[in-house]
Amino acid sequence: MLALQILIDGFAVSALYALGATGFTLIFGVSGVLNLSHGAIMVLAAVAAWAAASVLQVGTYAGAGIGVATALVAALVTYFAVVQPIQRSNRIPNEEKEIFVLTGTLLWGIMIQELIAYFFTNNAKTVLPIIEGVVSILGVRTPQNEIFTAVVCCLVIALLWLLVNRTRTGKAVLAASMNPRGVTLLGLELTNIYIVVWAIYGILAGIAGVLLGMFLGVSSYSVGPLTASAFSIVVLGGLGSVSGSLIAALVVGYLETLTAYMISPAYRTIPALLLLVAVMYVRPQGLLGRR
Amino acid sequence: MATFFSSRLFFVSLAIVVIAATLPLYVSGYILGLLTVACYFGVFAMAWDLLFGFAGEVNFGPTFLIGVGAYTAGILNNQYGWSVYLCILLGAAASVIAGFVLALPALRVRGPYFGLTTLVAVLMLQNFIVVFADLTGGEIGLTIPDVITIDASANYWIALGFMTISAIILYGLSQSPIGLVLQASGQDPVQAGALGFNIVKHKLAAFVVSAFFSGLSGALLVFYFGTASVGTVVDVAVGVNVIVAAVLGGRRTVLGAALGAIFLIVAGEFLRPTGELATFIVSAVALLVVLFFPGGFLGAALSREARS
Repeated sequence: MLALQILIDGFAVSALYALGATGFTLIFGVSGVLNLSHGAIMVLAAVAAWAAASVLQVGTYAGAGIGVATALVAALVTYFAVVQPIQRSNRIPNEEKEIFVLTGTLLWGIMIQELIAYFFTNNAKTVLPIIEGVVSILGVRTPQNEIFTAVVCCLVIALLWLLVNRTRTGKAVLAASMNPRGVTLLGLELTNIYIVVWAIYGILAGIAGVLLGMFLGVSSYSVGPLTASAFSIVVLGGLGSVSGSLIAALVVGYLETLTAYMISPAYRTIPALLLLVAVMYVRPQGLLGRR
Repeated sequence: MATFFSSRLFFVSLAIVVIAATLPLYVSGYILGLLTVACYFGVFAMAWDLLFGFAGEVNFGPTFLIGVGAYTAGILNNQYGWSVYLCILLGAAASVIAGFVLALPALRVRGPYFGLTTLVAVLMLQNFIVVFADLTGGEIGLTIPDVITIDASANYWIALGFMTISAIILYGLSQSPIGLVLQASGQDPVQAGALGFNIVKHKLAAFVVSAFFSGLSGALLVFYFGTASVGTVVDVAVGVNVIVAAVLGGRRTVLGAALGAIFLIVAGEFLRPTGELATFIVSAVALLVVLFFPGGFLGAALSREARS
């Protein structure tokens, strides 16, 4: 019974982690940017959905839509206001651009976090779930919302796979991650590809954020841990490798759930961190990393 | 080195230190307390800049080194009641050992991977402090029975003196041949290695020096506060502040980092009337500096001087 419970809960948590980390790794794979405002964008989506549904009373579906749209806008603003100016700046030496993007997005994330705290306080907010109620799977009481979360995550990841591998735009994105110069030579505007990737990222982070808000609830304090967990999952799986992040998300999700059930919720994050250190030591490029 | 003593930077720094030393004669104890913290913070930022600006390694976990130093000193004093100075020295030593242990695996990896390893170190330390609450005081914080002194002026002079000495040592190191090798290995490790320099050994040395000053400063800080807590010396947010201070003041300048740290703390105080928006404004200013003046305060000033 406990095993089944861990299996179900672990899957839902893993699916959520996977969705959050996929967009993060996609941006890194294509443009080499590590976006440290990731957690802030996810929380922003959840808080926007919460505010729309609970304060403006627009209904749960419209609320979720507003949340995702907010994340999309925030992601594009991040690209145009923070990342692009740094990448184009001629006052920053090329080899230092990476650290400037890290610092810039980090500061941007703090700004978003502080604004959320200012307007909506630090209290935890739970977005009204789209589907309510509890079902029993082989005797394990499971909230339908949990199943919904897992299903949506899997669907979105499948859609992303289709988009990247089956459409023209997706193939351009894939090509840009392999060889940016080659793509430019073929007459594709690299900036357009980056915009597409950031838009995809915004939608992914938005969906992940809203689902997280329904599943566990968020507050402005979740920003740091969310960024850190996405960062560690992505590094564990190998920076830039989407399939690697999916595997890593499953590993981390189950490891955390197992620890929480078997030992104590207080130790929840420790085994995953230890695993991360071990992987970095033995295989610094991550499970499926290319470099 | 000789040119430094006749440069404008030297005279400006000297003047600032002399003026700062006379401050206790005419400002209130509250402001002194603020500046005391700012001085210790300045050492954190300078130690970080040695690692980033010169060795080219982004250490996301300055608070790992700070926290180990601070908590070791605090726990020894709390549990065994050893003398304050012994505890501070042992705290710094623990920090050096922790830095060494962290650097060995971390320096095998580069760029974002190094950053993540150091970040994970902070998260682990934070977890362990909460888990071993009996020893560390957990989330509430550790009470430290002894303090160096309760006199505000004396505390301020100790902090200022400590910062000045640290600044001289760290700046001297950064301008020495070792600093040049570090800078070379940060910018082009392959070429620096081809010239016959042992990059790993140099970076390890930089890490150890950075750890020593971070730990020492952390230990002094907890004996000033009389308490050690996750929120003041370990939290990732504290580390972010250290990084922001160093980038704001001007990376690769060492002295700029101290300037940035003092600016951050003083600006936070001036913005107190804006309430919860203070952090937002400081972050926004820092972001604008990063975007438009990537050299930071001191970097911009120095390049202007070089041009004229």
